[in-house]
Amino acid sequence: MKRSPVVIKMVRITKKFPGVIANDKINFEVRKGEIHALLGENGAGKTTLMNILYGLYRPDAGEIYIRGKKVTIKSPNDAISHKVGMIHQHFTLVPPFTVTQNIILGLKFPKGVLKIGRAEKRVAELSEKYGLKVEPRAQVWQLSVGEQQRVEILKALYRGAETLILDEPTSVLTPGEVRDLFKTLRSLAKAGASIVFISHKLDEVIEISDRITVLRDGKFVATKKTSTTDKGELARLMVKREVIFRLKKPKAKLGKPALEIKKVSALSDRKLPALKEVSLSVREGEILGVAGVAGNGQRELAEVIASIRKATEGKVIVKGKDMTNRPPSEIVEAGVGRIPEDRLDMGLITDLSVKENLVLETLRDFSDKAVLFFPEGVFLNHSAIDKYADKLISEFRVITPSREVPSKTLSGGNLQRLILARVLARNPKILVASEPTRGLDVGATEYIRRKLLEQKTRGAAILLISEDLEEILTLSDRIAVMYEGKIMGIVPARKAKIEKIGLMMAGTPLSKIGR
Amino acid sequence: MRFPKLKVEKRPLPDLKTKILWPVLSILIALGIGAILIAAAGVDPLTGYYHLFSGALGDVHAISETLWRFTPLLLTGTAVALAFRCKFWNIGAEGQMLIGATVATFFGVSFIGTPSWLLIPLVIISGFLAGALWAVIPAILKAKFKADEVVTTLLGNWIILYFVGYLVEGPWRDPTSLWPESPAIAATAVFPRLVSGYRVHIGFIIAIFFAILFFIVLRKTVWGSQIKAVGANPRAADFMGIKVTRVLITVAILSGGIAGIAGVNELCGTHLHMKGLGFFGGTGELSWGYGYAGVFIAMLGGLSAIGVPVAAFFMAVMIQGSRAMYRATGVPSPFFYAMEGIILVCLLLGIFLTYYRIRRVKG
Repeated sequence: MKRSPVVIKMVRITKKFPGVIANDKINFEVRKGEIHALLGENGAGKTTLMNILYGLYRPDAGEIYIRGKKVTIKSPNDAISHKVGMIHQHFTLVPPFTVTQNIILGLKFPKGVLKIGRAEKRVAELSEKYGLKVEPRAQVWQLSVGEQQRVEILKALYRGAETLILDEPTSVLTPGEVRDLFKTLRSLAKAGASIVFISHKLDEVIEISDRITVLRDGKFVATKKTSTTDKGELARLMVKREVIFRLKKPKAKLGKPALEIKKVSALSDRKLPALKEVSLSVREGEILGVAGVAGNGQRELAEVIASIRKATEGKVIVKGKDMTNRPPSEIVEAGVGRIPEDRLDMGLITDLSVKENLVLETLRDFSDKAVLFFPEGVFLNHSAIDKYADKLISEFRVITPSREVPSKTLSGGNLQRLILARVLARNPKILVASEPTRGLDVGATEYIRRKLLEQKTRGAAILLISEDLEEILTLSDRIAVMYEGKIMGIVPARKAKIEKIGLMMAGTPLSKIGR
Repeated sequence: MRFPKLKVEKRPLPDLKTKILWPVLSILIALGIGAILIAAAGVDPLTGYYHLFSGALGDVHAISETLWRFTPLLLTGTAVALAFRCKFWNIGAEGQMLIGATVATFFGVSFIGTPSWLLIPLVIISGFLAGALWAVIPAILKAKFKADEVVTTLLGNWIILYFVGYLVEGPWRDPTSLWPESPAIAATAVFPRLVSGYRVHIGFIIAIFFAILFFIVLRKTVWGSQIKAVGANPRAADFMGIKVTRVLITVAILSGGIAGIAGVNELCGTHLHMKGLGFFGGTGELSWGYGYAGVFIAMLGGLSAIGVPVAAFFMAVMIQGSRAMYRATGVPSPFFYAMEGIILVCLLLGIFLTYYRIRRVKG
């Protein structure tokens, strides 16, 4: 095959965020007419790298060359003028506008005259040419997610994009829509466009791409020709870690079932079934890991247990007591510690100070006597709060200038330590931890995992929900796999075979997997 | 033409100096713009401002007048700031004032002959409860049906304004008065003056009490922590086991109640009659827009327990001073309304600059 020219070259790109290096001297190039996959786990730095190319972030170091010329990209407008377009995971469309209106939104017209008819024709031509079937006059809110994605692609093409970046484009699509998308991408590449396909799904990447660049923990690992590699090699490149810590799973005495979930069903935010008769039981001194690809009901499961999402059916039983759909405050009082997935928006109130965040769940413990109308007491004992906060800050090694600063000034790892401090300080009988180490650096990850194991040894029943399979395998005693809101099977971690778990994560129930 | 390239960026964490510098600077700039208006009215701005400030603070009488205006402003400012602290956007202090005054009128007029020590607490408590009721309805609608409280509290103002109009033109009308107004309240319901000969009355003490209460609630109490948490992030507050609906309702009660007392204050401290829009207009209303001014004061004071009294005092000085300036120089006293807008715009910019800075970038 003749080598086509390099369109985009990114050299030693480095981007730091507080507490984490998202991109560490990454090299990346894309050729004309190529579909180039960016592969890596969540948090490997794929999206950050592409946001830099698209002008959403400025790199701390490194250079970008487009068609051989060194460029600085300061904004998406700059990127578009270099014919680079990006389609994000979350669309940026205006629902009451038509497809065409959305596509031309923000564009300039000669003499300021809006020629919508001509724009519609152009949209229709583009959609015909690349098989992006969509009605130019339809209003966006009426369209399916797949169609909306096509509008986003058309938007980029309409602006003359010759390099398209797609961020996890298949995560929102049905299998049929994925096939259509792939067809479109192939025809675009044939017509000379370059495509960057961000994904963490091996099968798709192998199916669609010409070359694959693997990132891991913000570092460049390798660029491979798709025809000369295979799933096994890619998986190794993607997940292999230098073993920095190896945790020994301590044995703990198994007690009674502390958290029982019995045939629980619940709806998603969009009112679609998200949990379908899920049953789980966690015993004291045990970690039950819930594995699965993100978006298969894990978030809803955690929310139903925390009682901030209604269970439509089934029961949540805490220490033998039915707590289904009780107010969240009662769940807290019942001794259920929760480490939520969404640290910034749920786990903490980032505008409030570090100390306030440490005591908000337990204000009752720091107040005087309850009186009429004030069941939680009236006045706070500030000196007790200060002492308690200082104790937790040093015990959990939270790095903060003082207990009084707004918690939003802390780094990611310290925010998670803060949540951990608040939750673990109460010695919860039951702990529901969702993605406890996501996005954290190695040190913070190890610390948090050790703490979870400590809690287990102490006799807590822990439900660990994580997308990170390695984490599940490292910590769990038993592993349950979720797929589309159902439990595919539960296996003891000791005997768990990765292939079996992989198959369950892809939707095969345990009962249908042979030995 | 080439524009210099500017970049807006967040300041890391504004220190106390920046936090004070910008608001003060923006007020000074607003006064500068006001000077242009005074000059446009044909008066030397320095003379104008001299009369404004001496008319508001120049002697004991002026100070008493300013404090007399400060009283209702502090009450409504505190009421609104409290509600805004938990993101209950109560724009209805005006209506809560009026309903408070209405109920107080009922007791004040019906219980003639009741001694002061009984009647004054009665009108205050009844005014509080009426205002609380008028605020708690939108709070319940918000909690149960997600009804936007900006709309419901604002509409509540109009309902009560016209209801008062009906009362003072109809069943409550004082037949001996030329104007649509109720008969005078009992002499024992009138708020006693603090110093005889000066209009500042016990309402001032009540307003200070609620301002201090607001301070204590925010700094020292469980409830205050919950209010701050719900205001900053209701989802997270709910997750942490704070009863968000209960916080919302209780805040509405206190906020509406304080605004209700502002109405009682105006009735028993200033007007002594319930006044309102009659069918053919009237002498004006009981509230001189104090409920809406409360929103302004709350924002001006940054919703803080220290800032709100300062803002209310500043506002009282401006109102009182504008009138003095009018008498001395003829600058129309609605000058004050123009200033209100100018100050707000300058201050919003000032607040923005407290948290962000604009830098010139090369290239």
